[in-house]
Amino acid sequence: MFKSKLKYSNTPPKASIKRNTFFDDEIFGVAYDQKIILRFGKYLKPFRKQIIYSFIAVLFFSISSVSFPLIIKFTIDSSLYNVTNIDNIFLICIVTFFIGIIVNFISGYFQEIIIGKVGEKVLVDLRKSMFVHLQKVSLSFMDKTEIGRMMSRLQGDVAALQEFLHTITVGLGDLILITGIIFVLFFLDWKLALMMIGVVPTLLLVRIIWLPHARKAFIKSRVTASIVSGALAENINGVRAVQGLTREKVNYSLFEVLAHDNLKAQNIATRFSVIMMPIVDTLTGISLSVIIIGGGFLITKGNLEIGVLVAFILYVQRFFDPIRALTMHYSVFQRAMASGERIFELIDVPIEVKDKANAVKLKNIDGSIEFKNVTFGYIEKQPVLKNISFKINPGETVALVGPTGSGKTSITSLTHRFYDIWEGEIMIGDKEIKSVTQKSLGENVGMVLQEPFLFTGSILENIKYSQSKTTRADIVNAAKAVGAHEFIMKLPKTYDTILEQRGSNISLGQRQLISFARAIVADTKILILDEATASIDSYTEMLIQRALAKLLENRTGMVIAHRLATIRGADKIIVLQDGKITETGNHDELISLGGLYSKMFSLNYSSFDDIPDELIKSAAEETKENVT
Amino acid sequence: MSTKKIPYSKLKAESPNTASGTYVRIIKMGIKYKVQMFFGIIAIFIAAGFQLWIPILIGDAVEKISEIVSESDDATNRSVTTIGLLLLFASSMRGLFTGLYNYMGESIGQHIGYELRLLYYEKLQRLSFSYHSNIHSGDLITRALLDIEGVSMFVRTAFLRTIFMFFLIGTGTYMVIKADLVLGLISLSFIPFVGWRSIEARLKLRSSWYKLQEKMSILTKIMDENMGGIRVVRSFFSQNYEIRKFDSASKETLYLANDQVDIKSINISMISTSFLISMGLVLWIGGLKVINGSINIGELATFLAFMSILQQPVRMLGMMVNAFARGAASGGRLFSVLDMEAEIQEKKGAINLTKAKGILKFNNVSFGYEGERTLKNISFEAKPGHTIGIVGPPGSGKSTIAHLIPRFYDATSGEITIDGINIKDVQLDSLRHLVSVVEQDSFLFTASIEHNVAYGNPWAEDTDVEIASKNTQMYNYIINLPDKFNTMVGERGVSLSGGQRQRLSIARSILLRPKIIVFDDSTSAVDAATEQKIRIALKEATKNRTSIIISHRLSSLMHADEILFIESGEIQERGNHEYLISKGKKYSELYELQIRPKIN
Repeated sequence: MFKSKLKYSNTPPKASIKRNTFFDDEIFGVAYDQKIILRFGKYLKPFRKQIIYSFIAVLFFSISSVSFPLIIKFTIDSSLYNVTNIDNIFLICIVTFFIGIIVNFISGYFQEIIIGKVGEKVLVDLRKSMFVHLQKVSLSFMDKTEIGRMMSRLQGDVAALQEFLHTITVGLGDLILITGIIFVLFFLDWKLALMMIGVVPTLLLVRIIWLPHARKAFIKSRVTASIVSGALAENINGVRAVQGLTREKVNYSLFEVLAHDNLKAQNIATRFSVIMMPIVDTLTGISLSVIIIGGGFLITKGNLEIGVLVAFILYVQRFFDPIRALTMHYSVFQRAMASGERIFELIDVPIEVKDKANAVKLKNIDGSIEFKNVTFGYIEKQPVLKNISFKINPGETVALVGPTGSGKTSITSLTHRFYDIWEGEIMIGDKEIKSVTQKSLGENVGMVLQEPFLFTGSILENIKYSQSKTTRADIVNAAKAVGAHEFIMKLPKTYDTILEQRGSNISLGQRQLISFARAIVADTKILILDEATASIDSYTEMLIQRALAKLLENRTGMVIAHRLATIRGADKIIVLQDGKITETGNHDELISLGGLYSKMFSLNYSSFDDIPDELIKSAAEETKENVT
Repeated sequence: MSTKKIPYSKLKAESPNTASGTYVRIIKMGIKYKVQMFFGIIAIFIAAGFQLWIPILIGDAVEKISEIVSESDDATNRSVTTIGLLLLFASSMRGLFTGLYNYMGESIGQHIGYELRLLYYEKLQRLSFSYHSNIHSGDLITRALLDIEGVSMFVRTAFLRTIFMFFLIGTGTYMVIKADLVLGLISLSFIPFVGWRSIEARLKLRSSWYKLQEKMSILTKIMDENMGGIRVVRSFFSQNYEIRKFDSASKETLYLANDQVDIKSINISMISTSFLISMGLVLWIGGLKVINGSINIGELATFLAFMSILQQPVRMLGMMVNAFARGAASGGRLFSVLDMEAEIQEKKGAINLTKAKGILKFNNVSFGYEGERTLKNISFEAKPGHTIGIVGPPGSGKSTIAHLIPRFYDATSGEITIDGINIKDVQLDSLRHLVSVVEQDSFLFTASIEHNVAYGNPWAEDTDVEIASKNTQMYNYIINLPDKFNTMVGERGVSLSGGQRQRLSIARSILLRPKIIVFDDSTSAVDAATEQKIRIALKEATKNRTSIIISHRLSSLMHADEILFIESGEIQERGNHEYLISKGKKYSELYELQIRPKIN
């Protein structure tokens, strides 16, 4: 079927999908082991009542299930053999049997429905825990982990737990059954019971040897599955590039390798789970023959009644059946643990930015921002910002200017507390940002990203976004303010037009305007804006420049500026280089200063961002020479 | 972006009422694995045989032991030992063959899962742009994660086990009927009921699974966009809003899952109860028969023993009904993607055009439906060494022209030829090797810079990668990075500026040395001076190539041999820069708008 083999050369292809593999161990911590099961306990806690009910139901169900053969035995023994008073006893037996059926039906139904529903809720809760946690973990974690990879945990691993759920009811009943049987056996004859149970230590021993290997195999099977889905997800997102560059065949053969690794891992895991079947059955056989041979011997010596032996033989079957079933469930259980581990790994990713216990609400701010001796970096000992200090007065617009990697984006991210700083203080109004709640910070500091991200949904919903109190009229006004109203009205369903994934059915410039309108609706006192670098068609460009001015009206603005027009219009320009502020002032002041800014300006680039690095370097060096 | 819409009905999976076709397809996939099927089925019969032998052996043993009690004979004592050893043997064998058939069943299921993953991957790679722009990637990911698993699980848990179950039921049926016809019929009376319940529950579960997977797609979409737009979420501190969005979608899945629990619970309970009622009836009527003297008590006991053989399959039935239902729903959703015909098809006997010169011709090309044409009667010719510039307001149809050349979409009317050959008669691969389109918003893969540049030619020499990055003015930047060409970029890599990303994707395309290269607004974030340098660097490399530059920035295409000014899908003006300026119409107006302010 798949004949698309590659003309393999000696060197492996320069490929992408294979490279993802190392992420898993690197980002997530090492596995926890036995603690997993305890962790599930936390998710069961809210359902204590249901669990007690289901336990009662399981108990009744198991008792009624075990009682049927006993009732049959009793019917045959005492009513059919014994001819006196037949009708009454016989009828009582039959009636008991049918009462048993009713008990069995009711308890069976309740155990299924209660456990089933609790289980489904637990799964939903687990997924929600992961999702909620992802809303809080640091952005540096999110930056490093691919979406497909996380989705595999959010959906794939949760789904894997579902299988576990379906067997848990049966497993629970089986455990109760085994316990009951052991009691009965010891009650009947402890010597024979010991003989029979003598194989259990062997079983435990096998388990102990088997477990670590099996666990490894099960985990490998899940991890490889996750890699496969990650690779698949990435290809879905990049499908246009794949087709455009005719990479289909190479990708296919690389994917085939990953999928095949997964197949192999699954196969090995299966071997571990099926190997237990003959082992348990052999032990069952040993038990059976020990009882028959040993019991037979005891009987000949007159130490045992035949009735007890028969009961034992019947119970051996009933004892090992659930053990056999539990073995099968055990592999499901192991698979579930492997998935659980991956789920809890995600939940355990530490949260770096947290609200302080005594955090206050940030309100009635004047809009001033101050950085005091701020030092910060993403990697230890590699500071990106070095001892930065500056102040922005209420209502001012400040342009951050500097070459790529100079620290502009870090400053904006820190103002929003995406990360916590290493040293220094960041003040908004008279409050240090670490002392206020993140939520109130978000209500006061807005942000417009360089690349507008829009959600699937109507334009209305996108502009409104999380502002639940906003009316349609507000939204239309916001769109009018940024000049988006006209193009929206030309769309087939105006404001109710549904945007496709990432807003791909409108142009980049239009997406930008919508993200501006979204910021207007959020109406924050402080606005951080990362100006888009891409030149937009001249028609939209003018709209955007006007919208920008509108957006910054009556707000404190911090702009990572690329357009000369924006930079010149700013009240203050901060020039950054290698994580330090080298110049501050307005356009005219900086020009007369004759530093890096004026050098960059004299290069006459319409956009400030993409001045070639060599030019910046030489300009910077010249500036330094001038200083010394 | 103008895309041809696929009617939504075509995107939907096959309706939940036509599942039998889905089963047939899955079964066909399964029986391809002849070795596993063969050994699996053999193992089933052997395992079932031993399973049936064990109660017989036990019966023998009890009988022999009773004899010991009465006779205390040494010979019988020895035969008890034999029976004990036989039991050990039978039990081991049962375990071995049960393990074997389970292994085979799992193996077939895993292979089918593997095969489906490959088929699905391949299909997604081949499906045309029109499909991908109409379907959310979250939906496709859900199918990959949950539906493939659904089919695979159906095969693993229900495929061979169905045979095992039918075999046990068949044997059980035969034994009870043989023992006593009337009692036999009574004891089997639950089967029609179970059959009816199973079919009914399966139908309900199937439509429920179907709906559940659809809702799961929505949930995936929400999570996918939340993570993709994490910076928007963080900057608006809208986590609570996002969680509410998640919750409401999640609640709907829970609602459906609970629905399934309801169906499954009542179904399983009713099935096992019906079995128990049959058993109770046998006990009752059989008991009366014993009292009447029409059968003896031993016969009744055997009868009940045979019936207990059926207990295990009945217990498994509920689980299997669910697996069947999920298999049909998931299979339907998967096959609907796998059956989707790629809109762009290669003709049989298509021509390999690798050696073409690259003379590109548009002949009266139109695109789009009647009434909403995005392109109308476009004609132009581009020769090797020539550059065509295309300019116009947003939505004028510029990008559509770019997408038609490598057949990302097909023209509605008119024809596009390369060296005089209609591109519809050309092998797709060779066409796309010949033509490279550099998109404005190009996707970088999570991989090193080197691998991204070499994405289209994975066996490119390192020097080629270096040259391509030098030509696009990226080399100096790259070698100043700590990991140089090994620096990770892409979805989750180092953050590159828009201009740098565009330059990487230009490098990625020129590495392929295409005969026709289309720059679709692909330097919009690159500043004019760098663009100029790239152009000079590429001049030598594109000497014998056909270049098409689409841009709204006139400085990018002023130098072109012919410039087409496009508006509302039509060529309004054409000619070289000087001519168009002298005409003093739309092009020159645009020139005034863009270039003047910078000079002043």
